[in-house]
Amino acid sequence: MEGLLHQVFAGLANGAIYASLALALVMIYRVTHFVNFAQGELALCSTYSAWALIEAGASYWVAFVVTVALSFAMGVVIERVVIRPASRAPALSVVIVFIGLMVALNSVAGWIFGYSTLSFPSPFPAEPPFGNHYIGSHELGVIAVTLGMLGLLYVFFRFTTLGLVLRAVADNAESSRLVGIRVERMLGLGWGLAAAIGAVAGIMIAPIVFLDPSMMSGVMLYAFAAALLGGIDSPIGAVVGGFIVGVLENLMGAYVIGTELKLTVALVLIVVVLVVKPSGLFGQPVAARV
Amino acid sequence: MLSCQNVRVQFGGITALDGVTFDVAKGEIVGLIGPNGAGKTTMFNCISRLYPVHGGDILFEGRSLLAEPPHRIATLGISRTFQNVALFDTLTVADNVILGAHGHAHAHAKRRFFGEAFRLASALRAERALADEAAELMAELGLESVAQRTARDLPFGTRKRIELARALAARPRLLMLDEPVAGLNHAEIDELTGFIRGLKGRRGLTVLLVEHHMNMVMGVSDKVVVLDFGRRIADGPPAAVKNDPEVIRAYLGTAS
Repeated sequence: MEGLLHQVFAGLANGAIYASLALALVMIYRVTHFVNFAQGELALCSTYSAWALIEAGASYWVAFVVTVALSFAMGVVIERVVIRPASRAPALSVVIVFIGLMVALNSVAGWIFGYSTLSFPSPFPAEPPFGNHYIGSHELGVIAVTLGMLGLLYVFFRFTTLGLVLRAVADNAESSRLVGIRVERMLGLGWGLAAAIGAVAGIMIAPIVFLDPSMMSGVMLYAFAAALLGGIDSPIGAVVGGFIVGVLENLMGAYVIGTELKLTVALVLIVVVLVVKPSGLFGQPVAARV
Repeated sequence: MLSCQNVRVQFGGITALDGVTFDVAKGEIVGLIGPNGAGKTTMFNCISRLYPVHGGDILFEGRSLLAEPPHRIATLGISRTFQNVALFDTLTVADNVILGAHGHAHAHAKRRFFGEAFRLASALRAERALADEAAELMAELGLESVAQRTARDLPFGTRKRIELARALAARPRLLMLDEPVAGLNHAEIDELTGFIRGLKGRRGLTVLLVEHHMNMVMGVSDKVVVLDFGRRIADGPPAAVKNDPEVIRAYLGTAS
């Protein structure tokens, strides 16, 4: 029983990371109708810059805040320089741009920081909180930080005019322009937010999976599975999907198929969702008039 | 107020608008009519800056619109509705109407983007004012009961009224309506016609409307402009236009 609970809590901590990354994927998907394959590598670059800042002597939380701000700026710049010029190109070209961005960012990170595995500090104490045996401090911290961030995002999108404007742009860009919204700016803001969310996720997962250029590849597969499971156009779905995938992955790994085959869970899940219910748990089914 | 001068638009080899000229005076209701494919909606899309204009000029209060980007049009005082209704389908009715006010809400205060995110108190006050104004408009158009419903779930007639409310929320001086009564039933048409007439009196609004429903156009317009194959073939008071031989030919063909 103790073991089971431990696995569930560890799964929730991973799930919180997947939920954040899935949410970032959904945000970009809603405004561009493409899955951002470079999302993981954006987070990788953010995590490396946080590591560099800490190495240079900055305190953990200073590095955290600076990195999130830098990532936001990076997202805005990438939208402006790489994505916008390609936005009118055919779908396949845009996908290639995303993949190119992914490979480029990955290589740049490897070039600057090397391919050896680095350890990333956790801001939370090493011993479990309140002397319990179920959940480690870092895991609890990850869940708290991510839930805090998701809460802030919810408030932002639900209760502020700027959030409403962003939702409007995601819904209908042309009408947005006609009511006087500067759509391009909002797209930049969306990319900035997605990159900032990715930064938080990267920094939080780095102490668990260790820092190297391939750190995000596995994590992103789970995040894709989470986004698809929840419904690729549903922010709520992404969060719920993230937690489900996290717990499922851990339980399957611990009791059913073993840790070596854990990644298969994500892949099987992606295939099953696409075959059985492509719109996911919370997504809008796509219907087109023919 | 609005002056279209020799406007020319081409799509490949097809000339959609071929030197169209007409004026809309302040406070007038002008009907823009013509057979299908005459270029009415194209004209609207040029004024909204959705289509590129290849020749001529469009002046609004003396200023050329061709120099303005599309997102500035609302701020200048022009708002519109669409033939097929282009709402924010996933948002609530209230949010749709509030978004309509985005243009003027930002025109007065220079704060945008980050400014809004940080100056919470003034932003909240401005937000409340917008919500109040939106509520008033929704009450006027009989939308209070559906304010919190998602736009997508509502019937067509209601969606048309939401779009009208959104356009009015921008506090326009020129309102452009693209087939406002198409697809509505008789009672709805009468109600909306009355509402449009009322707009002119109460808000001093200028209205340019495209419509196929002849009784409605002739009844509500001060002036009617007729297009056919991208050319203006008549321009005048409804009674005169109705009996213009060119117009009758365009609609009915000639008896030869």
